This record gives sequence, structure tokens and C-alpha cells, in this order.
Amino acid sequence: MFIIKHRNAFFALTGALVLASLISVAAFGLHLGIDFTGGTLVEVSYDLPAPGTGGQAGGVRPDPVALTNTLSDAGFKDFSLRETGANGYTLRAQSIGDTQRGELAAVFSYQGGTAHVDQLTEIGPTIGTELRNKALLALGLVLLCILLFIAFAFRKVSKPISSWVYGLIALVTLVHDIIIPVGFFALLRYLTGAQVDTLFVTAVLTVLGFSIHDTIVVFDRTRENLRINHDKNRKEDFAETAGHSLNQTFVRSINTSLTVLFTLLVLYFIGPASTKVFALTLLVGITAGTYSSIFLATPLLVWVEKRRNRAKK
Amino acid sequence: MPAMAQKRVVAIVVLLIGAAVGWFVYHSEVTASWPFKLGLDLSGGTQLVYRADLNAIQSSDVAESMSALRDTIERRVNMFGVSEPIVQTETASALSGTSEQRLIVELPGVTDTQKAIALIGETPVLEFRLLKSANPPAAFSTTTVNQDFEPAAITGKDLASSELQFQGSASISEPVVVLHFTSQGAKIFADLTKNNVGRYFGIFLDGQPISIPVIRESIPDGTAVISGGFTATGAKELARNLNYGALPVPIELISTQTVSGTLGDKAVRDGIMAGLWGIGAVALFMLLWYRLPGLLATIALTLYIVVMLALFKFIPVTLTAAGIAAFILSVGMAVDANVLIFERIKEELRGGKSTGDAISDGFSRAWPSIRDSNISSMITAVILFWLGTSLIKGFALVFGLGVLVSMLTAITVSRTFLFALGVDAKYGFTRWLFSSGISRT
Repeated sequence: MFIIKHRNAFFALTGALVLASLISVAAFGLHLGIDFTGGTLVEVSYDLPAPGTGGQAGGVRPDPVALTNTLSDAGFKDFSLRETGANGYTLRAQSIGDTQRGELAAVFSYQGGTAHVDQLTEIGPTIGTELRNKALLALGLVLLCILLFIAFAFRKVSKPISSWVYGLIALVTLVHDIIIPVGFFALLRYLTGAQVDTLFVTAVLTVLGFSIHDTIVVFDRTRENLRINHDKNRKEDFAETAGHSLNQTFVRSINTSLTVLFTLLVLYFIGPASTKVFALTLLVGITAGTYSSIFLATPLLVWVEKRRNRAKK
Repeated sequence: MPAMAQKRVVAIVVLLIGAAVGWFVYHSEVTASWPFKLGLDLSGGTQLVYRADLNAIQSSDVAESMSALRDTIERRVNMFGVSEPIVQTETASALSGTSEQRLIVELPGVTDTQKAIALIGETPVLEFRLLKSANPPAAFSTTTVNQDFEPAAITGKDLASSELQFQGSASISEPVVVLHFTSQGAKIFADLTKNNVGRYFGIFLDGQPISIPVIRESIPDGTAVISGGFTATGAKELARNLNYGALPVPIELISTQTVSGTLGDKAVRDGIMAGLWGIGAVALFMLLWYRLPGLLATIALTLYIVVMLALFKFIPVTLTAAGIAAFILSVGMAVDANVLIFERIKEELRGGKSTGDAISDGFSRAWPSIRDSNISSMITAVILFWLGTSLIKGFALVFGLGVLVSMLTAITVSRTFLFALGVDAKYGFTRWLFSSGISRT
């Protein structure tokens, strides 16, 4: 089996991807969104100028530097301004007062350009703290439940590898499946200013639920084949059995992920704006999850078995 | 009836039920008799979250005060003609680090945050408190109010009505506002005044002490008078506002969310387009790769979609952008069970079984995998729903529902159809129809 034979190459690839993700997090960092920190998020868009009135060709939003000054003067604190789409701005700021809220559209408007507030979200500090704690608890609970699930799925003892090794490897792939989207998200933050919000946490948790199962299916097949070999008194190298099992589940793994990836691609490219980043995170996460259950889990299993064998000799 | 005919009747019945559900979804949407419920991020509107300040309330009164708070705000919002507002109370979970009572107000169609805040903000807050010390301090400040006063048993929720009256002699008559308590409130007030003769009784309006009379004797008739140096118009306005309802406790705005109607409309359009293309892509893939079974899977998927849409209307599920995302994602996952079954059937075919045997063995052997995959997704959905904010709840509910419904449609429906076809071939074109992908067997 190709994947088992060249497992060292895939280990290297996996290692490189994980390393790249970790470097990405270290270099670009993650930024908590206002969901978790409290604060204000404003999205505005500008009217296109009537033809012939001499609006700029590249869009009609005001110059960011000038707008930044206006915002400072209006009393906005600690804010960051980003261009969104062809014709709008996204403002992230600390909590705003009644006056600032009242004149929001006016502050963004400028000579010849009327701003519309498309979206305004203000989150108080207590709600931010609550959401942050809830997100952490949800992450903890999902991990705990998945651990229990793994323990349950691998409760039957089997040879030549004891069942806790399967569980441990499933966990390793899970860690991989978290690190990759997080690393990707750090890159996304650098490129587009994306922030870690409740939707990001939801995406990661959904990926975990999806990918753990994929890994378990592959392992289940390995154990089924080991049992059949044992029953039929057939001698076969473990690597061969594992590769054989991987072959049998390969198409299934790819196809179930493919249909999900199709829908996510559609969601990313033509879906609602507010779930684009969410779809992208899921896309990366589910790809990583499928990759790890095919190219990481079983090769790791074979590696463990080989080491064990060598230790015996 | 022979077994095969029976299977085919069942399959046709399933198809007819599916068509009926589909017709219901279509008809109820076109005639708007039972429309989808859209969240604020899709319909456009404003959500305001308030924290209730319960300092001046005895702890036994908290639940009742919160419901009075909700009723008052609801009346007020309705008065201003906002269609289908939602006003609800929420107890902040222990996770926020504080125990908070919150009031959540959702105003569909109101997209000016400032106006929405003003609409709620005009509601008067009426509070009653007893002064702790025997003599009133020289000056009150809002910061020391909670130290100087203690909660009184009566609260703004006990108010039944109020009216403008003039007190004093004709030449120096002063406008006052007379408060009439409910019968229950009158009883509380009678006890309160009887037990606290000689103490100062503070009447607070919007956090300011309006008048602090001394309780001279028990007042059994359930009325109290606010005389705070009003002008005639001021007193009249106050009496009117109080009649619309007074908040028993002050509230503080802690979070707002406004989405404009245009943004919401665009999100709905994009969501529908993404849904259609997503379904199309998955159906095409299933047809090309799995051939005849793929066609059956596509029929099962169609049934899944109409059942889900009908459930959205029936339950009803408030659809948000995240919920739509979950639905589209679930379309991709719904065929997962079919893929598992078909791959297994293919293996059984390779093992030399006839198509009939391969189908029944494929189903039974794929079942443990299908069950496990749905368990792990359900775990995630339940935890997200249990902990989530309204945004995440919308995602988790649709996702969880999708996992359950798809298990039903992918297994039972495609099983019914596969058996209803009644094919049992070892060679030839039929067998090709049941093979898949790039394999030859």
C-alpha cells in the first residue's frame, strides 16, 4: 500500500504542515473578537455616486487616513479600521457611548458619500467574559466526550496492538486537526483581519466531531481484518493488514469528505457574507481531518507496531 | 400480497408522502400562511440586551419583578407598532462571573439602534425604598443611594394606575401624581406603612429620589402620592407614562446588535443560492459516482431536504445565517450514510455475491459505522446547543436535527427504494449500475 510504504514521507509532510501552523500562530498571532473581549463592531457601506458626478473610479469610500482622524475626533478609542468589499469599512472599537452611536452614520459620511450602517454590534464586558468561559467550557466538554467516545469505541482488547494505542493515536490526529485550522486562522488574521469569535470555536468543534469518526472507521476496519486473519489462522504482516484496511476505507473517507467539501466551497463562494470565514475554517479543518485519518492515523499505527517488534528482537 | 409488491407499495407511499410534504413547504411559503421564521440577522432589526439592577429589590421579588419588567417593555414595544417583537428574560449563567438578570428585546424591522434604545429608554422606572437612618442626609447622590436606602417590600410592579391631581388650597395648589396600587399591592403597602411608622419612604423615579415623605400612619387604601415640585404638564406626562407601565427596577444596556434590512435580504438570497448549488453539486456527484444507487441517494436527499424545511416551519426553528450554513453543511453530511452503505455493497459485490445479497449485507455491515459517525456529530451538536449563544444555538439546532433526520432518510428511505427495485443480478448492465466510480467490477 502506497501510503504505508511511504509513511515517512507523509510523516515529514504532516510535520511540516503542523510546524508551519505553529509558526503562523507565533508570527501572526490570534486576535480575540469582540464576542470574547467586549467592544463594538460597525460595518458601513457607501452609496455609489450618480454617474457623471466625478466619483473616484476605484470606489467611493473616503480615504482611510482622513476617516481615522475623523473617528479619533469623534471620540472613538482603540479602534481599527479595515476596508471591506469594494465599498465599505469595518470598524472595531471599544464600547461607544450614546453620542457616538447617535452620530455613527454622520461620522462615516463625507462630502459626496453617504454612509449606511449595515451592521452594528456592541457587546458589554460581562457578556464577553461569559461567552469566553462558555467557549472554553464547550471545547473542554467536547474533548472530554470525544475521549469517552474513543475509550468506548476501543474498549475491546486486540492484538498485536493494545487498544489504548489506537485511542492515543486517535487523540494525536485530533490535536493535528485543531492545530492546522488554528494556524490557518492566524494567517487569515494577518491577511484579512479575521478574529477568533464564537463561530470559529463552533467550526473547530464541528471539525473534531467529524474527523474523530473518520479515524475510528479506519481503525475499526483494521481490527476487523486482524480478527478475520486470526479466525482463519492466516499469517500476515501487520503493515500489510493495515494497508489493506486503509485501501478498503479510503474511497469512503474521501467521498464523505468530498460531498461536505462541495457544500462548504459553495457556502464560501456564494453563501452569506457573515458565514464566509466560518465556511473557510470548516473547509480547512475538515480537509485536515480527512488527511489525518488517512495519511497520519494508520501510518502511525504501523510505526508503533514496527518499533514494538524491533524492541522484542 | 407478494413480498415484492408490498415493498413497491411502501416505496410509492414514501414518495407520495415526500411529495405532499414538499407541496406543503412550497404552498405555505407562497401563500405566506406558514412562513419560515427568520432571525434578526436575516430579517433585519435590532436586538438589545439589558442588565436589570436588582439592588432595590428583595430577593424573593426577583422573579416577579423580572416578569413585570418583561410585560411592561412588551406593552411599550407593541404600543409603538413594532411587528412581532420578542421580549424575554434570561438569567446569566454562572460562567459570566456575576449573577445577572437580563432582558432581551428583539425588534424586527427597527434598524436604527439609537431610536430603538430611545423607545425602550423612555419607560419610567418606579422604585420604592426605605431610608436606613432615622434622618435623611443633607444631599443624595446616586452612588450612595444603595447604602442609604434599603429595599421596600413594595415595588413598581404593584402599581395599578396613576392619575394627576392638584393638592393644597386653590391659590397655591400643587400638581401631584397619585399612585394606585393593585389589591395585592395595597395589602403589602398597608403592612409596610404599619410596620415602619416614623421612617422615611423614598419614591424613586428613574433612579432619582422624587419625594421622600415620612410615614405617619398605616395607609390601608393602597394609594401613595408623589409630590415632587412638578409642573402641571410634567405631572401629567409622568402619570400617563406610569399608566403605560413602570419598570420595577432600572435596566442598563449591555449589548446591542443591529443588522440592516438590505444586508439581511442579501444574506437570505445568498443563502438560498448556496443551498441550491450545494444540493446540485452533491446530487451530481452521487449520480456520477454511484450510478443507480446514487439516484436513489439523491431521492433520499430530496426527501431529507423537504422534511427538514417542513420541520423548520413546524417547530418552528428561527433561521439565522449560521443555521443556513448548518443546513447546507448537513446536506453534504446527509449522504455520508449512503456512501458508507454503497461502498460496503460494492465490497460485497466484489466478494462475488449477487446484487440482492450484497445490498442486504451492505446495509447491515455499514450500520455500526453510520451509528458511530452520528453519535460523534450529535455530541458536538448537543454541547453547542446547551452552551451556545443564540447564534450558536441556531447552528447547533439545525445541525443536530440534520444528523437525526438524515440518518432516517439515508437509511430507511434508500433501503426501501433499493429493495423495491428488486434487482438480483450477477452479471451485466444491472451489475454495472450498482458498481461505482472508476472500478470495473
